[in-house]
Amino acid sequence: MKTRNIEVDVLVIGGGTAGPMAAIKARQKSPQLKVLLLDKANVKRAGAIAEGMDSVNNAIIPGYATPEQYVKEITIANDGIVNQAAINAYAIRSHDMIRELDSWGVKFEKDETGEYAVKKVHHLGSYVLPMPEGYDIKKHIFKKLRKFGVEVSNRLITTRLLVGRDGRIAGAMALDSRSGEFVVIRAKAVVLCTGSAGRLGLPSSGYLFGTYENPTNAGDGYSMAYHAGAELSGIECFQINPLIKDYNGPACAYVTGPFGGYTVNARGERFIKSDYWSGQMMLEFWRELEGGNGPVYLKLDHLAGETVSKIENVLHVTERPSRGLFHEGRGVNYRSDLVEMHISEIGLCGGHSASGVWVDESARTTVPGLYAAGDLCNVAHNYMLGAFVFGQIAGEDAVDYVVGKEQAQIDEEQIESERERVFAPLLRAEGIPPTQIEYKLRRMVNDYLQPPKVTSKMEIGLQRFAAIGEDLKQMKANNPHELMRAMEVYAILDCAEIAAIASLYRTESRWGLYHYRPDFEERNDQDWFVFVEVKKGADGRPQCFTRPVPPYIYPLDENERDAYSKMRVDTPLAA
Amino acid sequence: MTTYETRGLVNIIVDPGKCIAEKGCRVCIDVCPTDILILDLGNGKVRMAYDECWYCLPCQHDCPTQAIRVEIPYLLR
Repeated sequence: MKTRNIEVDVLVIGGGTAGPMAAIKARQKSPQLKVLLLDKANVKRAGAIAEGMDSVNNAIIPGYATPEQYVKEITIANDGIVNQAAINAYAIRSHDMIRELDSWGVKFEKDETGEYAVKKVHHLGSYVLPMPEGYDIKKHIFKKLRKFGVEVSNRLITTRLLVGRDGRIAGAMALDSRSGEFVVIRAKAVVLCTGSAGRLGLPSSGYLFGTYENPTNAGDGYSMAYHAGAELSGIECFQINPLIKDYNGPACAYVTGPFGGYTVNARGERFIKSDYWSGQMMLEFWRELEGGNGPVYLKLDHLAGETVSKIENVLHVTERPSRGLFHEGRGVNYRSDLVEMHISEIGLCGGHSASGVWVDESARTTVPGLYAAGDLCNVAHNYMLGAFVFGQIAGEDAVDYVVGKEQAQIDEEQIESERERVFAPLLRAEGIPPTQIEYKLRRMVNDYLQPPKVTSKMEIGLQRFAAIGEDLKQMKANNPHELMRAMEVYAILDCAEIAAIASLYRTESRWGLYHYRPDFEERNDQDWFVFVEVKKGADGRPQCFTRPVPPYIYPLDENERDAYSKMRVDTPLAA
Repeated sequence: MTTYETRGLVNIIVDPGKCIAEKGCRVCIDVCPTDILILDLGNGKVRMAYDECWYCLPCQHDCPTQAIRVEIPYLLR
């Protein structure tokens, strides 16, 4: 177990969407800087868009939408708890980012005049830009990494960040999951882009890796930011998605909606007005499933054969291309069959909901020199394009931050204690396999944290998580690959605990199903029109506190505020 | 459970007649996000070592000889 030492100016952790863009933009702005991009997989095929992306969910294209409209819609969809400055920072760069990606060779749908073909899926405005040929996006990004001379290191799982004596970021520590080498990276700025906590709840299939998110996104970044002293935000605003049952991939109303597909209950009736993913929509979805009107289906069988073929050419080719194989195995054909849907297990994700590491409009966390971008940061509903934009913002700001700075002074003890923690499961003679602990932990997450969030259940959950924390002392890994899984279990446990603690702290219901607490049935704006933040306290335990919602750039009208609370179709519409 | 080396039914099927790993090809091993494909030292071909597949398909799509077929994992089928 050798230790490898690396020194760089800017370290970017996570090679999916935001990370490569942060690294490219840092080098583009300052070519003399040493920029290193790490991933636990291979940057060529890492992250949520490993196989491609089938649509931009939040394109703000002049003529279709304005930054003001978009920021307001996301504010409403999030029941008002947003930092509009951060969402606006995305919105004003959205169109330029699309054009830049377009110039790199990424394909977006255009109409016959060459204009971007924007579709309406959201409740209010039009922001969806299809990417029927979005399967090669990673290849175009990878070419730019090479062009701008970004150094890349694959198969490194980062386990903890290094913090300097003066409180600013000092680098990170990682495990090489192939060689078992311990790697210490000193950096003046760190950009964390490790994605969502997608391996938090257990899919109902019971398959640990049958998650909606890329299962490499185990919540490592949440855990690392937390242990580095950064503020986490909106963790109680869980990610829960309407997915294809068992396959656990998107159904995907964003793609099918513009073609005429929609969601129905067992009677074939529409029950939600908008298929755009929001907590309010998910609450109606859950009520339908639980209220005896389920199952819920994606309905496409009324569409013309050639339309269905077009849909198949997107859904079975780009984002999750094994989908066609799944349907084939079950004998499901969109032309004659409905597609059974269900509710996903819980996760944490800024990109789909709003649970992430707190960042301001410059992608800065509360730890000096530490940035977060992509699904990991709390910029609500930011999706893929928001990840690219916040990656850009973080990379460019980090370049300014490192000017004139030396590496922070650190206490070597941090490195020694982390080394000990990382290798303990490998050195132990015998013990419990990481996957067995992970299975039990994630089953408990389902049992005690899946909404509706019941106070006494979450309290029991915390007791179970504490007991599993003790079990980690017996975790046994047989090789570096299993050791990577063991380190992920630590991160999943941190996420589970923080999710329970933040959920218990907010004593109201908000964001539809994402934070539905039957013990506090109503939304309470008087006491809870605030962010709930979590930070590691002096006692080493998570501490909750509130952060005011910054004054809006674009105030909402009274009649706009509750638009997303009226998701249910008033009288069932026969299909 | 999942981390033991898979001895039963695997859902990533490698055609040993087409796989050219013994010539140094490592494409599928490199692109797999969950790092579950390994070189079998017995026959010099690639095989699935961990039941941790996201059925995402880069291994199948990037294989230069079309030697890989990914099936949906049994629990989800």
